[in-house]
Amino acid sequence: MLEIKNLHASIDGKEILRGVDLVVPTGEVHAIMGPNGSGKSTLSYVLAGRDGYDVTDGEIIFDGQNIVETPAEERAAAGVFLAFQYPLEIPGVATMTFLKAALNAQRKARGEDELTTPDFMRRVKAASEKLNVTQEMLRRPLNVGFSGGEKKRNEILQMALLEPKLAILDETDSGLDIDALRIVSEGVNALRSPDRSMLVITHYQRLLDHIVPDKVHVMSAGRIVRTGGPELALELEAKGYADYAGEPA
Amino acid sequence: MPAIQETVDQVRQIDVDQYKYGFVTDIESERAPKGLSEDIVRFISAKKNEPEWMLEWRLDAYRRWLTMTEPAWSRVQYPKIDFDDLYYYSAPKSTSGPKSLDEVDPELLAMYEKLGIPLREREILAGVEGASDRRVAVDAVFDSVSVVTTFKEELKKAGVIFCAISEAIREYPEIVKKYLGSVVPVTDNFYATLNSAVFSDGSFVYIPEGVRCPMELSTYFRINERNTGQFERTLIIAEKGAYVSYLEGCTAPMRDENQLHAAVVELVALEDAEIKYSTVQNWYPGDKDGKGGIYNFVTKRGDCRGDRSKISWTQVETGSAITWKYPSCILRGDDSQGEFYSIAVSNGYQQVDSGTKMLHLGKNTKSRIISKGIAAGRSDNTYRGLVSAHRKASGARNFTNCDSLLIGDKCGAHTVPYIESKNASAVFEHEATTSKIADDQLFYCLQRGLSSEEAVALIVNGFVKDVIQQLPMEFAVEAQKLISISLEGSVG
Amino acid sequence: MNAEPRILRTQAEETLALEFAAARTQLPGSPAIAAAREAAFAAFQKLGLPHRRTEPWRYTDLRALLRTVPPLAIGTSGDDVVVADLLPGLDRARLVVVDGAFRPELSDLSGLDGVTIRPLVDLLRDGDTRVGQQIAPLNDAVVSLNSALMVGGVAIDVPADARIARAIEIAHVTSSAVASHVRNLVTIGADASVRILETHLGPAGSAYQANIVTEATAGDRAKVIWAKLQSEGDAAVHLGTLAVSIATETQFDHLTLMTGAAISRAQTFVTYTGENARAGLFGATMIRGKQHADIALGVDHAVPNGASRELFKAVMDGRAEGVFQGRIVVRPDAQKTDGRMMTQGLLLSEDASFFVKPELEIFADDVQCAHGATSGEIDEDILFYLLSRGIPRAEAETLLVTAFLAEAIEGLGDEAIGDAFEEIARNWLATRGQEAA
Repeated sequence: MLEIKNLHASIDGKEILRGVDLVVPTGEVHAIMGPNGSGKSTLSYVLAGRDGYDVTDGEIIFDGQNIVETPAEERAAAGVFLAFQYPLEIPGVATMTFLKAALNAQRKARGEDELTTPDFMRRVKAASEKLNVTQEMLRRPLNVGFSGGEKKRNEILQMALLEPKLAILDETDSGLDIDALRIVSEGVNALRSPDRSMLVITHYQRLLDHIVPDKVHVMSAGRIVRTGGPELALELEAKGYADYAGEPA
Repeated sequence: MPAIQETVDQVRQIDVDQYKYGFVTDIESERAPKGLSEDIVRFISAKKNEPEWMLEWRLDAYRRWLTMTEPAWSRVQYPKIDFDDLYYYSAPKSTSGPKSLDEVDPELLAMYEKLGIPLREREILAGVEGASDRRVAVDAVFDSVSVVTTFKEELKKAGVIFCAISEAIREYPEIVKKYLGSVVPVTDNFYATLNSAVFSDGSFVYIPEGVRCPMELSTYFRINERNTGQFERTLIIAEKGAYVSYLEGCTAPMRDENQLHAAVVELVALEDAEIKYSTVQNWYPGDKDGKGGIYNFVTKRGDCRGDRSKISWTQVETGSAITWKYPSCILRGDDSQGEFYSIAVSNGYQQVDSGTKMLHLGKNTKSRIISKGIAAGRSDNTYRGLVSAHRKASGARNFTNCDSLLIGDKCGAHTVPYIESKNASAVFEHEATTSKIADDQLFYCLQRGLSSEEAVALIVNGFVKDVIQQLPMEFAVEAQKLISISLEGSVG
Repeated sequence: MNAEPRILRTQAEETLALEFAAARTQLPGSPAIAAAREAAFAAFQKLGLPHRRTEPWRYTDLRALLRTVPPLAIGTSGDDVVVADLLPGLDRARLVVVDGAFRPELSDLSGLDGVTIRPLVDLLRDGDTRVGQQIAPLNDAVVSLNSALMVGGVAIDVPADARIARAIEIAHVTSSAVASHVRNLVTIGADASVRILETHLGPAGSAYQANIVTEATAGDRAKVIWAKLQSEGDAAVHLGTLAVSIATETQFDHLTLMTGAAISRAQTFVTYTGENARAGLFGATMIRGKQHADIALGVDHAVPNGASRELFKAVMDGRAEGVFQGRIVVRPDAQKTDGRMMTQGLLLSEDASFFVKPELEIFADDVQCAHGATSGEIDEDILFYLLSRGIPRAEAETLLVTAFLAEAIEGLGDEAIGDAFEEIARNWLATRGQEAA
């Protein structure tokens, strides 16, 4: 599904990713852990195609295509979804309106028909109930005045509706209390499927108690420096990132 | 979101100049000679079969105008207007005055159809579901004259007078005499004084005591003739306890030269009356290089003369090369209310200097100002507004919110509020922000699969939502499309 | 039509013209300065005294307010002047300027090692080109008048890297009913840190007019605290201008406290010439009786990445008129500017007035700018809350008004000066209701 080869990327001339190599096969859930400043969030933005990041070398093979030059919205339509660490607020735009705009834009890009309103409503209802997203929340402007937990649930709701092939979850656990973490994790687990890959980016192990990954990668100074099974996360939890912090930033 | 998609699709079909009302209608017209003099004023008055008092009123205004100078305080720049190089009167030859629909030149009817303004009453009745609540009576003003007013008979049954102002001057001189110039005095400002001398037509509305006008009233202004100034005059009077909602729309053909539009609108609301005045202004804005376009120098003012009266202005300004207008409220009656909701979009080389004045004179008067300015291209967009509390305006309240959104780095957004309080118990709150569409907001939308055009349309629609909600529904949809079209090509 | 209405000169303008003609040869300075005076007076005559239609002066119509002009103060006067201490307990060095003349014998220059202090007349004699530089872009009649008639003041030079712990007060004193035109020049070097205190006072009941223009530059990474206390005599006219340019990473915090004079106007113009500079601009106005006090602000973000914070509070009692006019300009290249301006007026009496014009003029898109303004009286709900807790009304009002002003005073970020200014605010409130009607 996703194959990253020797990926180098920089912002304002400063190199952040220094040769990332990573393979996430279809249907697997991989976690990326690492100390602050190791380049985890940059990796998620580069994968999603955010402006301002220069990919200076390497390839991102998604579904057989190198998407390094592909604009963000086309990547989204192709099935790349990024759950933001800090979801953005858009005043005046009802959450429901936004969901419909996004879903139909992607369907259109893929040459599919737009959903009828009843059809759309049915889907939203089904997905929102599972995530404890109320109708009232859906009517409110997108993320405006939402609590941390509401924002994250809203991200997972979008993921459920957009049915991506690759979901990147950037620090999804940050700012969540234990109940919110459970709801969000259950939402994510429900979306695990043999056709879908996930990349879970997190600083702490606790999220991985809820979303158990197939593999864990450790990132440091812009590279994947170690790969292991779920037990690697526990080891990091016990020992911290001290072993990985010594490299030049 | 279908509205956005539709907008984007529609935008794609439009050529660079984007202005879909830019056609010229081939109508034979009758014009007064170029230039301005007492003779021209007499000519206009004579054409309208006006009584002597009206001619004198105009001549007084003209003489006053000769002593006045063009205002220079607003943030707009344009070459000096040669007032002697304009036509002050132009009328379609086939219609020497308002007539029944059957007598209207078919070319004209076709033009209004093209503009989406239904003038045929039958069509309106047949075409819209729930016709009884959806009907809109239209007064169509073409260059200098009102060509037709629909639904007159039915309105008359309710006691509502809705007709061309030229007709009102002849038919209802006592009402006109009493109110004309009572809100915007003849000497108010350069353009209002000019208008007083040469106004050619416009709409007149009179809602008698206790009557709720049974349908929306609408005037559609169209400038067609080359080198013609359009000076329309609108007067709306709502007697005690009356209510009316009035809509105004405007378009013009694409012309290389600039055309002058200097209207005056006067509203009078007596005790417990309410007037809601909505404008979608889409005069030709000039081409992508800033050539041509309408100079829109307008004086609009409402007088909340009676206690508990209310006047509400809503405007969507997307057209004109230059817009200079400040729809205002004089809150004279105790407990009266004024509102101003505005969206001003500027792109290309457009210049907008618009806002409002809320003059609190009576006790416990309230006003609310919501202004959303969107500047793109090389345009300049200024909000200029005054909120004042008179010594006696105890308990006055104002809330003002003006937000500006900048799209691109060649445009300017300016906010010039004046707040003057002479009463301790008056509470005024003003807040303003200027920002651009944040990169991360845009990226968030792109990541969800929206194109940048769709993303901008979505964010802008959210930005202006508070104002769009104030418009009657038919206008709201139209306005949303118009805003997106006006901003086409603004994201690079 | 289009005939320019002929503007007649007011009596005050006539007097000024006569005075300038009579004084031009006695005014200090090199030939270049003399030529500059002529040009400045011509500029003044062209503009005339500011009036209602002079947009930046909209609410302070000097043409109507200045009926007469007292005689010019030239040369030494006020020999027997006693300089009151408005800020007892605040440790500071003190430069005393009486009617425009720097008076070393009345001053205390201790603790200012490394700082150069000279009378402005020395700079005028030398034709120092820094005089007039900061004000050059201003098209302001009162500043032009000052340039034509300036008689003296002080020049303070704070060298690079200097850390001056002791605050430096420039005490402007007017001795009698004269018109004084004072010019100061403050140059602060890179990485220096300094606290400047500007005070203004004069005799009660004397209809003097003080026109003070201070030009200042602050170097890269300099840290400047600048507080102004306008406590002129109750019949005075105070026209004060500060034009300052701040450079790369300069931190400039400024507070104006307006409480004296019959008619006063304090203008502050800040120009950003280097990136990542930050200015905090604060104001507190406390006026009563028939006082008129105007704070005008011009913030010019000419380069990217500048930040400014403005907070202005005004309390008006009696028939007083408070004015605030602020203008933030963000020029086309000044991307990433962050400007926030807040103005709040509190009217303590039925007859008081508050006029505000907070203006934003923005030509760059990647900016965050906001302004807010409120006007009103003391919040009845909060007042009731305090009353219900047993606090007497007068005390409750004092508490609330002090808290209202304190936010602006504390914005300066200098505890010692802040405390001294808050004391002045408390004293002002303590005498509420005692002033002559």
